[in-house]
Amino acid sequence: MSRLSVKELWKGYAGTAVLQGVDLEVPAGSLTAVLGLSGCGKTTLLRVIAGFERAQRGELSLGGVTLDDGRSYLVPERRSVGYVPQEGALFPHLSVADNVGFGLSRSERRTKTVAGLLEMVGIAPLARRLPHELSGGEQQRVALARTLARHPQALLLDEPFSSLDASLRTRLREEIHTLLRAQGVTTVLVTHDQEEALSLADSVAVLRDGRIIQQGTPADLYERPVDERLARFLGAVTLLDARFENGVAHTTLGPLRLRGEPQPAGAGTGAVMLRPEQLEVRARENDSVEDQAGEAGGVGRAVAGAAGVGGHVEQCRYYGHDALLYIRPEGQADAQLLLARVHGKQALPVGTRVTVAAHGPATALDSSGGQIS
Amino acid sequence: MFAPIEPPANRWVQAWSGRRRWPLVSAAGGIAAAALVLLPLTFLVVEAQHSGWSELRHLLLRHSVAVLLWNTVRLALACTLLCAVLGVGAAWLVERTALPARRLWAVALVLPLGVPDFVVGFGWVSIDPALHGYLAAVMIMTLSLYPLVYLPVAGALAHVDAGLEEAARSLGLGPWQAFRKVTLRQVWPALLGGCLLVALALLAEYGAFEIVQYRTFTVEIFTEFKLGFDTVAACALSLVLVLLSVAALGGELKLAGTGRSWRAGPGAHRRATPVALGRWSAPALGGLAALVGLALGVPVGSLIYWMARGSSTTLPGTSILAAAAHTAEYSAAAAALATALAVPVTALAIRHRNRLTLLIERLAYLPMALPGLVVALGLVSFTEHYAFPLYQSSLELVVAYAILFLPLAIVGVRSAMGRTSPHLEEMGRSLGCRPATVWRRVTLPLIAPGLAAAFALVFIFTATELTATLLLRPTGVNTLATQFWAYTSEFSYGAAAPYAALMVAVSAVPAYLLSRRMTAPARGEQTR
Repeated sequence: MSRLSVKELWKGYAGTAVLQGVDLEVPAGSLTAVLGLSGCGKTTLLRVIAGFERAQRGELSLGGVTLDDGRSYLVPERRSVGYVPQEGALFPHLSVADNVGFGLSRSERRTKTVAGLLEMVGIAPLARRLPHELSGGEQQRVALARTLARHPQALLLDEPFSSLDASLRTRLREEIHTLLRAQGVTTVLVTHDQEEALSLADSVAVLRDGRIIQQGTPADLYERPVDERLARFLGAVTLLDARFENGVAHTTLGPLRLRGEPQPAGAGTGAVMLRPEQLEVRARENDSVEDQAGEAGGVGRAVAGAAGVGGHVEQCRYYGHDALLYIRPEGQADAQLLLARVHGKQALPVGTRVTVAAHGPATALDSSGGQIS
Repeated sequence: MFAPIEPPANRWVQAWSGRRRWPLVSAAGGIAAAALVLLPLTFLVVEAQHSGWSELRHLLLRHSVAVLLWNTVRLALACTLLCAVLGVGAAWLVERTALPARRLWAVALVLPLGVPDFVVGFGWVSIDPALHGYLAAVMIMTLSLYPLVYLPVAGALAHVDAGLEEAARSLGLGPWQAFRKVTLRQVWPALLGGCLLVALALLAEYGAFEIVQYRTFTVEIFTEFKLGFDTVAACALSLVLVLLSVAALGGELKLAGTGRSWRAGPGAHRRATPVALGRWSAPALGGLAALVGLALGVPVGSLIYWMARGSSTTLPGTSILAAAAHTAEYSAAAAALATALAVPVTALAIRHRNRLTLLIERLAYLPMALPGLVVALGLVSFTEHYAFPLYQSSLELVVAYAILFLPLAIVGVRSAMGRTSPHLEEMGRSLGCRPATVWRRVTLPLIAPGLAAAFALVFIFTATELTATLLLRPTGVNTLATQFWAYTSEFSYGAAAPYAALMVAVSAVPAYLLSRRMTAPARGEQTR
């Protein structure tokens, strides 16, 4: 198992710098997701690691061996790096078995290796098919088997699930995750799907404008994003104006403990972020809209400790397993809507009067939306 | 925060990143191809200005040159216009109406492309020796060349999204208006491209005009050189011919302008509902039957007639087997050379795109605008002065063919290589293969059909080439085309017919394949 390390990597084309000093550490045997919007340089980063493009500056090493330092460079066929491109890139003139055996020597191809690999990714019966006779998911499996056949020290997955439909995507994702865990191969998964990154990876690195702006565990990123833009990219947020005092943020939802360090020193004002899971919603009783209150009343629980503020449900997005409520606080026409996630069974109708309370800790954010450098 | 600074990068290294060995081979091939293409043109200029500018002016500013210019231009205009009308009309009938036996017509309308122009001329003149002059030339050339417009227009019509026309109708346009404003706009580039091919073919044609005794530039140049032994005059006139071809190219570019067709968005693509012809069915069928009858029936019929009459010649000739063998040898060699040159040119242009490689590719398309006669004359003047051992050698002839038909080979190779994703080659590298191995195991198998198509196209066009062959063939060697020509010149029609029939048989194959490919259902629907 080998550690993949990228330091200060630069790469550009025709006057445009795509990668502007990327730093990325992929611990041996881990699965690290590189998360970013399309056009942020994700694919370029993978192509440099795979050796299809040369770095202009910086250092790239795998298991202590330098692959590219901007001057000398190891050609793709000499690196032990496997690459699974977005569309699979199967050789259209070769059968599934021949595709999988492509990177093996002649003697290896003759042994049972290929059959074993096909078995491993669950497509043994398709060995004699041609790539165009396969579905998207099957093609991805072949591409993965073809790469794993060579026992690469590092595996690069370029949005491997993005072209699949939702149900297949989830299933294949789980299967491949299990498979890679078993193989223990150092893996970089590139994706624009934050849900995929958070749910699969040990570590998530966020690539924006050619730089890694944050790398950490999924929970780290979700709870402590470096800025508002990233916070919103990773999921729904409520931003509240706050007055800071001794590690406590005073907001319209009451005083909230601040998360971690560094905290804004001493007193001051700023913004804090709350995830929808941190807001608790209770339908208000003694309500003028009696039928709604009656319906929802049994569901709402008393919010322990926190006093909460009043408001009404302005929108309700129902997802089945859960629902997202957009709550308009009372008496503050221009205030931000409060986003709260509730259990799917607890979705409240629009117009329901509610009380909202927050559970700390809250994360202080640079509310300018700018990047913290 | 710091401003992003682009690190200094060596652009050359970047362009060749990771594939440093093959480009050397490709680059050598590409430069060789470009040099070969430029060779005849260069020596044409060298030869023409040998005599000095005053002599050149004297040669070109003659009354007879003005007459030639008028003859050539009025023929080109009339034929191109007629071909456009016939081509679009036939394409619309076949692609957009409920015409009976559409598939059959689609093939029949393209087949005249398989009959060499000089054989069409022969077919008409041999049944009516009085046929000659401007009108005869217009008729014969229109009948042989209209498929060049029909093919691209029909292809474009088949691919125009019916949704566009329907949208136009729903916005209040009548059916004719919708066709004119929407559909015709979409096929406009195809139509212009077809017209350009017609114009270039007209400028290059020699045999058919010689048969109907109509003097164009090409005929005059041939006569000056072959009968008058006046290389300088021939080269000077050739330069005017090249200018006319360039003018045709420029005209097409200007007319096409920004009118390239495109589709916004990837939405579904539907074929239009065929228009019911009703009582117009009979006239439409009659018109198409007349067109095919005149363009295909007459020449083929007269060939059959003369073959049945049997040969009656006093002329000593090469046996048809020997002529066929020579033709096959030259064609195979030329096809191999042209395909071999097309591969590096295309590989450079597609895989290592930069200003230099694009220039090489453009240059390789130049022979499209060079009549065979011009290429031949340029090579003659080069070998006469600088490489005499090659003068009228088989090698010179093969090289001339390869230059002349290099654009055809590139079209074939390009379509195959363009469909081959560079990601596949990268995958090959990533799976541990060296570049040469990737070329052998991935690239070559993928482009093999394209190489075969390129080879076949060049082979067939070479087999029916007349003008350059007459100028460059080694003394005493006859191909199918030249032997046919010798017999025709002596009015030994019966003896000539079998040679023409063999050429038609060879070139009918690609014509048939072309029409089939066009009417075949669109690819991309996977069979599971």
